[in-house]
Amino acid sequence: MSTPPIIGARIPQLGAREKVTGQAVYTDDMKLPGMLYGAILRSPHAHARIKRIDTSKARALPGVKDVVTGDDTLKVAYGNWRLVPDIQDEYVLAVDKVRYVGDEVAAVCALDADTARRACELIEVEYEVLPAVFSVEEALAEGAPTIRAEKPGNLSLTREIEYGGVDEAFTRAEYVREDTFRVPTVSHAYLEPCSALAAPDEGGRVTLWTSTQTPYIVQVLLAKTLGLPENHVRVIKPQVGGGFGGKMELRTWEFCAAFMALRTGRPVKFTLTRADELAYGRRRHAMVLRSKIGLTRDGVILAKDLDVLLDSGGYNAMGATATFLVGNFGAMLYRIPAYRYLGRYVYTNNPPASAMRGFGAPQALFAGECQLNMVAEELGIDPIELRIRNAMQAGDSVPGVATARTCGFREALEKVRDASGWVEKRARKRPGKGIGVAGCSFISGGVFNWFDTKYHFTSCEVRVFEDGTAHLLTMASDIGQGSDTVLRQILAAELGIDIHKIRLTAGDTAVTPKADLGTWGSRVTLMAGNAVLDAARKIKEMLAGVLFMEYDLNQIHDVAFAGDRVFVRAKPKRGMDFGECVYKALRGRRGEPLTAFGYYTPRDKGLVTPAFSFGAQVIEVEVDEDTGVVSVEQVHTAHDSGVPINTMAVEGQLEGSIHMGLGYALSEELITVEGRVRNATFLDYRIPAAEDMPPSASYEIVTRDPEGPYGAKEAGEGLVSPTAPAIAEAIWDAVGVRSDTLPITPQRVLEGLGKL
Amino acid sequence: MRGKASEPGGQKTLPVAKRVLELTVNGDRYEVAVEPWTSLAQVLRDELRLTGTKVGCNEGDCGACTVLVDGRSVSSCLYLAVEAEGRDVTTIEGLAETPDTLHPLQEAFIEHGGLQCGFCTGGMLMSSAFLLSHTPEPDEGEIRRGLSGNLCRCTGYNKIVESVDAAAKRLAADEGGTA
Repeated sequence: MSTPPIIGARIPQLGAREKVTGQAVYTDDMKLPGMLYGAILRSPHAHARIKRIDTSKARALPGVKDVVTGDDTLKVAYGNWRLVPDIQDEYVLAVDKVRYVGDEVAAVCALDADTARRACELIEVEYEVLPAVFSVEEALAEGAPTIRAEKPGNLSLTREIEYGGVDEAFTRAEYVREDTFRVPTVSHAYLEPCSALAAPDEGGRVTLWTSTQTPYIVQVLLAKTLGLPENHVRVIKPQVGGGFGGKMELRTWEFCAAFMALRTGRPVKFTLTRADELAYGRRRHAMVLRSKIGLTRDGVILAKDLDVLLDSGGYNAMGATATFLVGNFGAMLYRIPAYRYLGRYVYTNNPPASAMRGFGAPQALFAGECQLNMVAEELGIDPIELRIRNAMQAGDSVPGVATARTCGFREALEKVRDASGWVEKRARKRPGKGIGVAGCSFISGGVFNWFDTKYHFTSCEVRVFEDGTAHLLTMASDIGQGSDTVLRQILAAELGIDIHKIRLTAGDTAVTPKADLGTWGSRVTLMAGNAVLDAARKIKEMLAGVLFMEYDLNQIHDVAFAGDRVFVRAKPKRGMDFGECVYKALRGRRGEPLTAFGYYTPRDKGLVTPAFSFGAQVIEVEVDEDTGVVSVEQVHTAHDSGVPINTMAVEGQLEGSIHMGLGYALSEELITVEGRVRNATFLDYRIPAAEDMPPSASYEIVTRDPEGPYGAKEAGEGLVSPTAPAIAEAIWDAVGVRSDTLPITPQRVLEGLGKL
Repeated sequence: MRGKASEPGGQKTLPVAKRVLELTVNGDRYEVAVEPWTSLAQVLRDELRLTGTKVGCNEGDCGACTVLVDGRSVSSCLYLAVEAEGRDVTTIEGLAETPDTLHPLQEAFIEHGGLQCGFCTGGMLMSSAFLLSHTPEPDEGEIRRGLSGNLCRCTGYNKIVESVDAAAKRLAADEGGTA
């Protein structure tokens, strides 16, 4: 059966008109009658015991309607890792202790935002300041202060992987090297600061509009922290201005909005500032990665030993997943017969890190890909050739973890080599100019049920009507990437109707079917897409019978859906309009609406993901040896994301990934001194601007993954990883400076050149 | 349209006389009472409920709040509302000539994928409109410089640059056609 033309089409987001006219509504755009404004009081100390909180002056301020502290709450620890209760270590408002600068201590709501903020300043908190630690090494040192009583020594989590006889394999290696890499903490820097608006609903229920990637997770954890049945809590995701992993947990302002809405009987809204986001918000993990690799003299990888220290900050957040995934990505891309990984997740008194685009891959691949480039140099093998010799291929497994059923890595490497003129450019040295390469791989949704959901990983409902239209209801969350359009493309392809005839309702926990775990891990297209296929096929079964009856069809016939028609596949003239077919089916069902639920849960798909993407990137740079400034001149990317459903959206993900990877490589770092972020403005925390973006050429390596809807795999995250190691290699090629630390600032380049 | 001044119990510890301003926004005249320190962004969003103007940083770094005042682009989060009195303010809601049409820039952003989450888009379009008002046929470098005050975290900018280029060419062609 041929693929319908809408699969792979360049379709602008269906909600684009609302976005370009300013009509699209984000959480902070909303205002409800009687609405109060919230503000949060945060800890000024990195580590302290709370001895006393006096809120009386704040309460007495005219216009203040409510003040809450940890003592007003149920004091239940919560977190996304419901599967392992011990990992849940966070409170909606601090209980007894604060563990980082910015830890939330109290909240106020008032008639206006200025009054709420002023009231926060009137809350008196008496702290007993405790010794604090700000690096993983300090935190693990003997005698370090304990940050969480349950984890003396501050080692929160450990993850080990070992297979293939690593020690023995290293003895056979003709070439071994060991390197240590350091990567900093960086911000998601989504443009929309977090915002949450809650309103009381009848019967003690509550509705929360929030800028989130995971309405279901917020619903469940909000119910837990409020002590309400889940069904009393309705979470609605309006338009979301980007997330990149930073909006996938229940956060204090969401709780406080709902809690105080219930206490005051009035809507309450919290909106963070940019300084809140940069100074205290979730961030990508800083890591120290020690990597040892052993190869034969002709560059065949025999063994790898990866030891990683992850800086948790004051709470675990999504750290258990990070600790697992770094180990997983450390073993990807190449056939590594013997592999050992030790990941240690360490509490510090820095602001907590959590999920961010690529989750574990940017760090693991900066280390792994930089190291492979160093290996290539020393063995005298071209870095792309070295990769091709070791590249994973379709059918390869990472032992005990996952199988890559499709893999376009080798093709991607060959494509960027040929398209970039790699061979010639590497051979012909030009002063100050260099060219580098790196690869990447990523998951298409996670398999591991850390949230311990009792529902399907994703669900949807499809309804069809006698006017020829359909309605798709899904909890899947479009946070800007365009999944609301992609899922409708899949439904339009299956039902054979015009995409504009599909109404969509998404991200409302009271209306859309339970459940969907949210937008993270590049899971939406594959998982929610499969649920749409499931529901659509059930609808088609309901409709096919109409044709069999109408035309008295032989049992062997098949019914096709295309062009807003339903027809006998072998005899296309025998058929009817889609709407007429629904009408007839409806009559036959004596009025029972045509509706179907679709589900997807990855079962028997290993431990990581149902499908891996692959990619390779070649980057050309020019380095100014006097100033140390690196200019990226051209990016060439080849990417195996399976069958792209929406080419424009896939390109958008790719170019956005390059932007984020470029910042990670050259300019972004939350400079944190004793737990305090010193560059909490966009002027000082530099994400690339339009002038910084290099020209970019991209090539799709199309594979048809058996698990993906129409063969699709992930496109949103994999490509955030290769940019930094490819730039690092290009800088070395240009001026002979290797950096094992990010970002590669002009200062680091000049230090490498011996000029500082 | 009614601000917080009319809400019951909204006493201030420091009472400051509000000033009644006459503002012209997208051709509509409004009368609003504002405190002297109230930003134009705040008035647009909270009082006039024109929420297409976004606040991404509130300190003039991100450009999401860009509007035109007398045809010049400003960061409305740093621009005091009182300064806008007697001037023409254009927001994203007023970029298109009529409610049922789109400005060529808006069409181009849609067609070329110049947006994803949409949060920076209004400001990006207003900066683009200002750019084309003084440089009708910008080259790529001029477009990038013209947008350098507007941050986007989703698109990587290249599709935005393509969008502005396409709109400029279309506007130039239309101009040529009518001349």
